Amino acid sequence: MGDWVSTLLVFILIAAPYVMAAEITGKWPVKRILYWLLGAVCITFSITGSLAHGAHHNFVSHMTVHLLLGMAAPLFFVLAKPITLLLRIMPVKLARGMMRLSKTNYARFIGHPITSSLLNIGGLWLLYTTDLYMAMHMSMAVHYVVHLHIFLAGYLFTHVLLSMDFNPLRASWSLRSVVLVLSIAAHNILAKWLYANPPHMVTAEQAETGAQWMYYGGGVIELIIITFLCYEWYMAMQKETKRNIQASL
Amino acid sequence: MAKNNHSLNFWSGILFGLGMIAFIDETVFHQLLHWHHFYDKSTTDVGLVSDGLFHAFSWFATVIGLFMVAHLRKQKYWNRKRWIGAVLFGAGVFQLYDGIIQHKVFRLHQIRYDVEIFYYDLVWNIGAVLFIIIGLLILRRKRVNSA
Repeated sequence: MGDWVSTLLVFILIAAPYVMAAEITGKWPVKRILYWLLGAVCITFSITGSLAHGAHHNFVSHMTVHLLLGMAAPLFFVLAKPITLLLRIMPVKLARGMMRLSKTNYARFIGHPITSSLLNIGGLWLLYTTDLYMAMHMSMAVHYVVHLHIFLAGYLFTHVLLSMDFNPLRASWSLRSVVLVLSIAAHNILAKWLYANPPHMVTAEQAETGAQWMYYGGGVIELIIITFLCYEWYMAMQKETKRNIQASL
Repeated sequence: MAKNNHSLNFWSGILFGLGMIAFIDETVFHQLLHWHHFYDKSTTDVGLVSDGLFHAFSWFATVIGLFMVAHLRKQKYWNRKRWIGAVLFGAGVFQLYDGIIQHKVFRLHQIRYDVEIFYYDLVWNIGAVLFIIIGLLILRRKRVNSA
């Protein structure tokens, strides 16, 4: 019973601010609200309920939580365009401040596709190839920091690579595509490495199932990201052709 | 513009061919027939890296190849015959890479286990060469026709 309450509470806490902001703008697409709610569901089930509890001792649940927290939720959130929404309801002065903030050297650094990829996939490599995985099971503090990092790095990565939401630093399409392919490759390689090298206290059987889950489950989300990125190319080509036709008239 | 579309037609075929052959390898031989598995643990490190890159790129190639076709069709420029030639050529080149470099040199995995592997390798690689030859013939014929 108590568990139900906390699950519901977490969901409302994530969903309510966005829905209220969308309400304020008056004409925010319903599709984006749905994306946000789906993202909220992913987060809720990865931090409360039986799946989240199971993740402490079961590697397959652990991997499911990672897929939800680090890949699915970030993708849904990026599709919901929360930064655009925030800028729309903000007072002009604050919005200007945010614009300035987004052009600082720090933002340029972490908003670069290569940095965001290293933070995201590089973080996973650290987690599974060093003692960090063991430390995470010994200390709750490390556990929280690791999970917060997985979500934030996943979000940053998806945001930077898709650049669908407000992003004044959007990198070129080719750079983002190359970084995406290399990141997916690094994710694939890590999954196969995990298959053969179970982390501390994980049985070979669970490592094998977990690694395949990481590979194929992650693959589905990667395919969706690829499709959005390629759609961006297609739309840009349509626009360019139109411009060329108009210029030749 | 026409020249651009001409090479786009060729490259979209190559990319789609690569993606298609990787997809067939994954679904038919791995998922359906269970001839080989996720990872056979005798792979070299460079083989693991090559496999990771190959699969990541093959998904990207499939999707961008199809969006290229969509773009060409919208401009009424899609040359289906030349495109199919390029698909076969691309598929053959990557099947040969998979069959010789990945399977044999990097020892990524074998086509099938507990069988006389030589014949499987032979059929695999001859198939790849046939794809390349047929692809090239189609591409060449179309070029003669359009000249």
